[in-house]
Order: sequence, then structure tokens, then C-alpha cells
Amino acid sequence: MGKVFRFNKDVDTDQIIASQYLLFPTVEEMKVHTFESLDADFASKVKPGDFVVADSNFGCGSSREQAPAVLKALGVRAVLAPSFARIFYRNAINIGLPAIVCEGLYEAVKTGDEISLDLEKGTVALGDKVFPCTKLPLHLQKILDQGGLIPSLDEMA
Amino acid sequence: MGMTIAEKIIARAAGLEAVHAGEIHTVALDYLMSNDGTTHLTIDMFNKLKHPRIADKDKLVWIVDHNVPCDSPKTAASQKKMRDFARENGITFYEGAGVCHQIMCEKHVVPGQLIFGADSHTCAYGALGAFGTGVGCTDYLYGMVTGGSWVMVPETLRFNLTGKLADRVTARDVILTIIGMIGANGANYHAMEFVGDGMKNLTMSDRISICNLCVEAGAKTALMEVDDITLNYLAAHGGRKPAACFKSDDDAVFEKTYDIDLSSIVPVVAKPHFVDNLAPVDDVKGVKINEAFLGSCNNGRIEDLRLGASIIKGHKVADKVRFLVVPASQEVYRQALHEGLLDIFMEAGAMVMNPNCSVCWGSCQGVIGEGEVLISTGTRNFKGRAGDKNSFVYLGSAATVTASAIAGEIVSPYTY
Repeated sequence: MGKVFRFNKDVDTDQIIASQYLLFPTVEEMKVHTFESLDADFASKVKPGDFVVADSNFGCGSSREQAPAVLKALGVRAVLAPSFARIFYRNAINIGLPAIVCEGLYEAVKTGDEISLDLEKGTVALGDKVFPCTKLPLHLQKILDQGGLIPSLDEMA
Repeated sequence: MGMTIAEKIIARAAGLEAVHAGEIHTVALDYLMSNDGTTHLTIDMFNKLKHPRIADKDKLVWIVDHNVPCDSPKTAASQKKMRDFARENGITFYEGAGVCHQIMCEKHVVPGQLIFGADSHTCAYGALGAFGTGVGCTDYLYGMVTGGSWVMVPETLRFNLTGKLADRVTARDVILTIIGMIGANGANYHAMEFVGDGMKNLTMSDRISICNLCVEAGAKTALMEVDDITLNYLAAHGGRKPAACFKSDDDAVFEKTYDIDLSSIVPVVAKPHFVDNLAPVDDVKGVKINEAFLGSCNNGRIEDLRLGASIIKGHKVADKVRFLVVPASQEVYRQALHEGLLDIFMEAGAMVMNPNCSVCWGSCQGVIGEGEVLISTGTRNFKGRAGDKNSFVYLGSAATVTASAIAGEIVSPYTY
């Protein structure tokens, strides 16, 4: 179980982590500024295992991998939305942060609700309500199962 | 079944006769471009690999353009890491030479190539008939180590352009109009292909401007056919030759085709805080501005500076308004200097700055404060994109931005 932090549609990567923090030496130094323009206290409130639930086109805009990276560094379990901008989606899977396409969840939850995710079954539970998620294509599931793209590089001779 | 340009480029990169939308293929990459926005993180990950190696250093191009000259000790440390690594590994490296996409178009990209760039506006290379797409640093690192990657073949949306733009209507008005029409995710995961009789009326600068902004509709890439305008540009920039020139087959499958009459386009503005929040400029005239910005990979080329200079000549920038003019590369800067354009801007009271991403990315020169309003030829107007989280960015053409800098408020490009 984890707590929901709910965001609207078209959340761009500048909102997730603003430009002025991107050249900080490490993601650890950046993560306290996550979602700063939308919810200044987000980084102090979110706990490992919590979820980001958003409306469509989450992560649009810049290709900054710092966007999924700060969410992962804060312990966000998964991001759930009806659709994702493609670069964010690819970056999230590549670093091992589940970005899960899930219809109907955004409308059903509010910030603070408790939900649970079953990645294998591809479902999200909110109380006794269950929402089906779209399963990842096999190629992407394999990357996620490995913990991201880097472990596959380490396995190469 | 025929193939689109996107399919043909991926087939070439995959070493296959044919590929089709929806398939996933392993591809060889022709270039991997990275800038100071993320390269320090890529290097950290590279150094932690069990078997760190570079597949082909000649495929890598590294460009310091986002915060240049450097603005803080933290940034200096990140850029030093990038500079040192490039030197130690013999990687092609630019610093202060211009915005990454402008450098890539002026010096490297040729038609037929498949290019990953660690920057979302890499789709600009479609103007040269190359498949450019933005990636994050993990994807970049994978390409750097293996020389390749995986791609899903995108569906294509086709835009058939006819006619000619009216005076002071620009390519930027065209692409903003299209984004307003299809929405901020209207081309998500898709290639946007531009063809038609109207193409002959668009310069290479116009074409780069159109392709560059396609990611604001969610596009994976943008593509155009190679013609004499492309070949002349390549010849004038280092005598480069195409790797391959592709056109979509007559029986290629397009998800949708849009017909756009260029003569019907009017000057437009994207209002805060979304690129698809579009209005004709006349609907927002009178909005007071604090700053105007003419520059960026989208609109900082010599053609844009000529247009701006032709409007501001004999006028002054409005009182208490900052007008930043930032050529997209040293080549553009020097050309503008030789043509006397920089003198015209300075005479009017503008600040002419060194080539860099500037306020378009909101973390360097010219950021705006709380409650301030910027009209910009930059790429984005997201909340806080240009500085304080409670500030406002309007996007317009070089003509609209320059006219607004004179007026101190948003005005039609025909005002002066």
C-alpha cells in the first residue's frame, strides 16, 4: 500500500524538476526540489512506496532523465496515468521506475488515498475497486525486470 | 506495402529491407549528441559500469550550450567533468559555439541518418532529412557503449503544405498553429512528415524551426524530403553529402494527412502555460511585457535576426523592458555582425548576448522574476520555464517578439 499524490494532465518535466537544478552534481541534491512549482512540500511529504497518479500526457516536454530519476530517488513506487509523453516513458523504464498506463484511476482517486499495485497481474486496487493497467510490451518488461537498462550493459562481456 | 520516410531510415539503420510501424528493431546510430543539461550524469553512470567502453568516439558530439558561460560553482563542476571526459576520450566537443541543434545542423547532420540526442528538440534534424529523436542519459549511455539502441517504428502523421506565407508571417507561426490544432500530445509517439508544393517556399531556417518544435506536440521525430534547398545548405556548410535521400512511397500508410495552406496562416501566440494554448496575436494584444527574447534553437538564425532588425531599425526598445537578442551560433553571430544587424539591435537598446540557450531554458542569463511577463521565440512556455514559478511566458515569432519589445506590450508584427 502507498499513498497517492494526484496531478492534472500535461504535467511537463519542468514541473517535475525545474531547469535551475538540473546541473546540480547529483540527483540526491536535486530531489528535494521535485514538483516544487506544483506542491512545494512534495519532497518532504512523499514516502518510499507512495504513488504519483496523473491525468494524460504525463512528463511532456524536455528529455531530462532527472525527471523520473528524482521520483525514483524519493522512493516513488510507480507513476500511473492514462498516457505518458514518450521520452519520459522510455526514461522511466530505462531507470527501473514503473510508468504504468492505467485508465480511470485518475478520476477515482484523490491525494492521500491508499492504493496498491500488482505489477504481475497488471492491476491497481483502491479499497475494493480494482483498475486494470496496460501491460508493458515484452521488450520493456524485460528492461524493467532487470532493474533498468544499465544492468543489461553490465551483463555484456 | 510501401514505407514512410521514418520507416526507410529505421530500415537502413537496422540493416533490413523493410520495417513497419509498431515493430521494435535494434538499430545502429549515426550520431549521439549530448549537452551540458545531462552529460555529467551520463559520465557518472559510465564510470560505474563494470565494463566501461565507447563503441565509436567519432559518433559522439558533446556541446556545452545550456549554461554558457557558466553561472555557478556547481555548474562549473558539472561542465568541467564533461570537458575533461571529452578531452580524455577524444570526443568532438564544442563550448560556446552555439545551441546544440544549430551546431549539429551547421556541421554534422546529413540526410538518411538516425540520431539520438540527449535533448528533446533533436527532432530538428528532420529538416535535413534525418531521423533525430530525444532520449535521456541512460538511453544515451547505452548507445555510447554499444553504438546502437532499440526503437519502436512510429506511425506517421503527414502534413501537406501548399501556398506561401504572407509578409511577417513565419514558419514559427505555422508550427505553433499546427500544435494548437492537434494538441500537446496530438503526435505522441508519432513521426510528423512535411511535404507538398509549399515546401519550396520554406528556407532551411524555416524548416528547422518547424521540425524543432514538433516535440511540443509529443512527436518522436519530424521529417522532410531532401530537395535542392537541402542540398545547397549542405554544400554551403562544409560540403556535406547525404547518406541517403528518402521519400515516402505512394502506397505508404499514414495515420492521418492534414492539408495546410500556408497563405491562410496568421501571426499567433502561445499563451501561458502550454504550447498548445494558442491565440491569434490580435486576441492578446495589450498584455504588458517585462522582457522579450529573440533567440534559441527554434528562432535564433540569421533569417530571424534579419526580420527582427528590419522591424526595430529606427525604433527603441520600450522603457523598462529588456530585449535579449541571442544568435543561435557563432556563425550566425558573426554573419549578423558583418551585416550590421547587431548594431541595429544595440542602437535600439537591445542586449546582444553570446550564443547559448539563454532564457529559453530558464537557468541562465535573463531569467524573469515573480509576476513578470516574457514574450519569447523560445521553445516552451511551461510554468516557471523562464525563471520564477509565478511568471508568464508567451511564445511568438521573431516579428511579433521584436514589435512587442518596441511597444512594451504584445502587439501585432505589423505595428511597426
